[in-house]
Amino acid sequence: MDLLTVETFTRPADDDGLRALLPTLGPDRTPLGGGSWLFSVPQPHLVGLVDLTALGWEPVVADAGGLTLAATATLATLADLDPSSYPEWPAVALFAGCCEALVGSRKIWHTATVGGNVCLALPAAPMVTLAAVLDGEATIWTPGGGSRRAPVVDLVVGAQRTSLAPGEVLRAIALPAAALRARTALRRASLSPLGRSASLLAGRRGPDGGFVLAVTAALPRPAVLRYDDVPPAGTLAADVEALGDAHGWYDDPHGTPAWRRAMTLRGAEEIRRELGEGR
Amino acid sequence: MTTVDGTPVPAPPRAGQCLRTYLRDHGHHAVKKGCDAGDCGACTVLVDGTPVHSCLYPAVRAADAAVTTAAGLPEGPDDPRPRFAAAAGFQCGFCTPGMVVTAVGLAERVADPERRARALQGNLCRCTGYRAIADALDGRSAVDAGPVGAPAPAPATERVVRGTERYTLDGEPPAGTAHLVVVRSPHAHARITRLDTSAARALPGVLAVLTHENTPATLFSTARHESRLDDPDDTRVLDDVVRFHGQRVAAVVGTDLAAAEAGARAVLVEYAPLPPVLDPETARDAPPIHPEKAGSRIADPARNVVAALHEGVGDLATGIEEARAAGGAVVMGTWRTGRVSPASLETHASRAWTDADGRLVVLTSTQVPFLVRDELARLLERPAGSVRVRTARVGGGFGSKQEMLTEDLTALATLAVGRPVQWELTRTESLTATPTRHPMRVAVTAAARPDGTLTALGIDVLSDAGAYGNHSPGVMFHGCHESMALYRAPHKRVDAEAVYTTTPPSGAFRGYGLGQVQFAIESALDDLARELGLDPFELRRHAAVRPGDPFVASADPAEHPDDLAFGSYGLPECLDLAREALARDGDPAPTGSTWRVGEGMAAAMIATIPPRGHRARAVVALDAGRYRVRVGTAEFGNGTATVHSQIAVTALGARPDQVELHGGDTDAVDVDTGAFGSTGTVVAGTAVARAAAALAGELRDKAAARLGVAPADCTLGPDGVTAADGRRVDLADLSGARGEGAHGGSPRSVAFNVHAVRVAVDTATGEVRVLRSVHAADAGVVVNPQQCRGQVEGGVAQGIGTALYEEIRLDDDGRVTTRVLRDYHLPQFADVPRTEVLFADTVDALGPFGAKSMSESPYNPVAPAIANAIRDATGVRPRRLPMTRDRVWELCREADLPG
Repeated sequence: MDLLTVETFTRPADDDGLRALLPTLGPDRTPLGGGSWLFSVPQPHLVGLVDLTALGWEPVVADAGGLTLAATATLATLADLDPSSYPEWPAVALFAGCCEALVGSRKIWHTATVGGNVCLALPAAPMVTLAAVLDGEATIWTPGGGSRRAPVVDLVVGAQRTSLAPGEVLRAIALPAAALRARTALRRASLSPLGRSASLLAGRRGPDGGFVLAVTAALPRPAVLRYDDVPPAGTLAADVEALGDAHGWYDDPHGTPAWRRAMTLRGAEEIRRELGEGR
Repeated sequence: MTTVDGTPVPAPPRAGQCLRTYLRDHGHHAVKKGCDAGDCGACTVLVDGTPVHSCLYPAVRAADAAVTTAAGLPEGPDDPRPRFAAAAGFQCGFCTPGMVVTAVGLAERVADPERRARALQGNLCRCTGYRAIADALDGRSAVDAGPVGAPAPAPATERVVRGTERYTLDGEPPAGTAHLVVVRSPHAHARITRLDTSAARALPGVLAVLTHENTPATLFSTARHESRLDDPDDTRVLDDVVRFHGQRVAAVVGTDLAAAEAGARAVLVEYAPLPPVLDPETARDAPPIHPEKAGSRIADPARNVVAALHEGVGDLATGIEEARAAGGAVVMGTWRTGRVSPASLETHASRAWTDADGRLVVLTSTQVPFLVRDELARLLERPAGSVRVRTARVGGGFGSKQEMLTEDLTALATLAVGRPVQWELTRTESLTATPTRHPMRVAVTAAARPDGTLTALGIDVLSDAGAYGNHSPGVMFHGCHESMALYRAPHKRVDAEAVYTTTPPSGAFRGYGLGQVQFAIESALDDLARELGLDPFELRRHAAVRPGDPFVASADPAEHPDDLAFGSYGLPECLDLAREALARDGDPAPTGSTWRVGEGMAAAMIATIPPRGHRARAVVALDAGRYRVRVGTAEFGNGTATVHSQIAVTALGARPDQVELHGGDTDAVDVDTGAFGSTGTVVAGTAVARAAAALAGELRDKAAARLGVAPADCTLGPDGVTAADGRRVDLADLSGARGEGAHGGSPRSVAFNVHAVRVAVDTATGEVRVLRSVHAADAGVVVNPQQCRGQVEGGVAQGIGTALYEEIRLDDDGRVTTRVLRDYHLPQFADVPRTEVLFADTVDALGPFGAKSMSESPYNPVAPAIANAIRDATGVRPRRLPMTRDRVWELCREADLPG
């Protein structure tokens, strides 16, 4: 929709241009990723947009340390990554599944960005799930010209709340090779076949046997459970319950808290079994 | 520079402008605004070949892009537009331009149903139920031009699939058009204590601010009926009391939308909260919401009762005793339905201006242009002749446009500022502040002998009118009528009340109350069949009314005669067709220990015309070899334009391309009640048939006189009138002849529908999967098989939405929480199973060419059929709509089913 209060649309073409603009960001002037959320609801507080999509950031960079996803990488780019190009990193297969967990259509994937999905911080944000289960670490540019790093699970602190300070911009998310070497599994519950996730769980199991479960959508913020090996069913269930006790099961029109809890327990157990088979 | 369909856009976009508006502002109206939030896909365009939702795409970013709309797709084998035309892959067609752009190159690649569902995830169609769209992608053809009985294509087909058909706001706005934005109430119930518009009026570009202080205080109802007395006059254009969260408080008119929005933010309003009344169960004991409206035709303002019906025949207790004494069964239960949004893809919108003759002209998205004209004239204290109301093609209605929701403000605004004024509701306004289906609580008592003979049938209904009584009496009376009258029982009782609450108003919705009550009654009869060990199809066959019976809902027909008759009786055949079809085919049940499979059915009856009068007139004139049909009815996806053309073609022996239709305009004819109550075929269609027949008679008479033969020996054909001896008078020589026809809406017939499904229920997750869906309809003679099938499929899809997904939800303060389509789930391609549609072979004695209505009624039996199937699968009786996964899961827990 038209953002009728917006008077300036700035499209920095390089990093220096963006760096120079960071101190001007604030409640009325915001970075713009794909726009698929910012343009979807009224934003009467905004007078300026700083468009990140002309910066030319390489969407996906692979090196020995793992994969780095630019904040401006589109979901379509991720969904189109060919897992067979990364034979040593089976977790790449999770990317397309997480894109499919988005309530937005494939047409949204062409514009929606990894960074936008994470910074919007909806409980159902599938890029948060992806980053959470793969130990994603965010690189954040700060307005003073520096940068800081933070795990994505700590960046998202609540429903539509992040720890980003004014003037900070998410630059990239690094997925370490150690996590990418894992096998993964994804489970989703929604009130309709392609609806918004009411519970979205991603699990991984590394070659060392370690088991990690990211619990999202059913909680207001992402949470991660880690084990040296696949835990017994009872242990995992108790730990999932503890997350619900700590954060509260999320309540919105996409499912009751009681159902979300049950679907989360069910999905967690399914992932435990799936990843528990073989190594 | 942006190019659109090869043409450069001459001016740069504004900073915060989305691509959709940028395109439309420069005349590219193939791009529609359905949700403005990336959910519906009506605005889909290609940007350098990539499909995007243009409402979310920053226009600045398309500065050097080549944009392609539905109007500019390359012709050729990959062009989906001919496929959509051939398959009749649309009804209102508002979603179609976005659909075809999305479908470019899809058809061949996405044969796999799951991938196709994903590919169309971002394209909503509210009308078709998607089967015709799937057929379009598959390249199937469904249309063939011809007279009554042929699957003729809609006259607007080519324009619809190319995005060139005009909807309400698609024409170039009149010069100087100003825009209107409304300030809405943040309280469920409050008195406005202060309203200061000075800051708003001081802003640049703000032309006027309308409030309760400078608009007429005349009470009216937004609901429109043939008789304006049908609805209580309880509403003001702008009131000093707000009765729901989201009610209009002030209207700001600005030179553009930005100015109007800025003005709306600057209006200062102070409120003194009044006690909210959010629960209809306690509304009758709550403080009155409309205490000072004694003359407004409110049944009992002191108790918040809008309308009440307490009557019966016989005595329920006696009937219950009879059943028990005979060894039969008695069933009692209570059911609840949710608040459902009609959610037509085109939101309510209107443009008003004064024409050169000083007439007020309102172009609006309405089902009832004549009734809007009449009420506008009343509000403005002008003669009706000084107001002209017309429509373009209307982008869906489903009842929601049988209301005057925007026209009063745009009319007042244009008179206030002396410029044309436009108001287009946002999707959020549509979801939060336009009328919904009435939520109802319905308790049923049903008793029967062992053979299924009903001895007693009673309902106790509480209908939530919301803040205003628009349609609440009509919906309540109608809801309690054919639902009850469908079954024979000596003892019947209806206790029904519609009550005010301080929640968004309920209004007209497909089925007009019947669906809610039938959900309860058809569920109860399912329980009754179970208790008696009878087949549910047989119970209906045995218990239903049949020709010769009077229609008894709750009143003695001797004391209250009506004009309802059996024009034909296709119910038994519908029951047979549905039962046989259910037994064959269908998807396999999912494997897994937690899946349960069950079957369910429900029947429905509806009068083919609303009671208390429904008028239509038509004029057919011959002009230069072409027939011009003028009729009041607007086309909103119901297909009446097609049907009326076919009727004219048939009556005049004409070729389809000789007939041209002009409708939806108060200048077209002098009277038209409107396109609601499924009357497009039976009322307006009859008027067209009579007008065309009159003209045909006149043409024969004139030609016979010239040829010196008897009119009976003359045949009217596409080229002229031919005598028995072969001599002919050309049509061109008969120009100027005209015929008129009318229908007054009486007598009325009844139509029947039976829906049956097989479902699988996952007791561990609450997921309900429809494995088989069949629908049998008694539509009389089917005037247009592809269109009628489409109406049924669309009704079924809307029924599935109501049954499984859709609900407008309120929080504890009465604020709607489902404010965008991401949160209010309209059925997507992925959600709607294919439904086999079967027609009973009957000929209605009353309808034109033997036809009956078939728009609302297919919707009504769907939810109870699915509920009955869930009951069959799980052993647990669903009692509340929608039957969402979390609720079905909860039911399964109560029954201790495998988790």
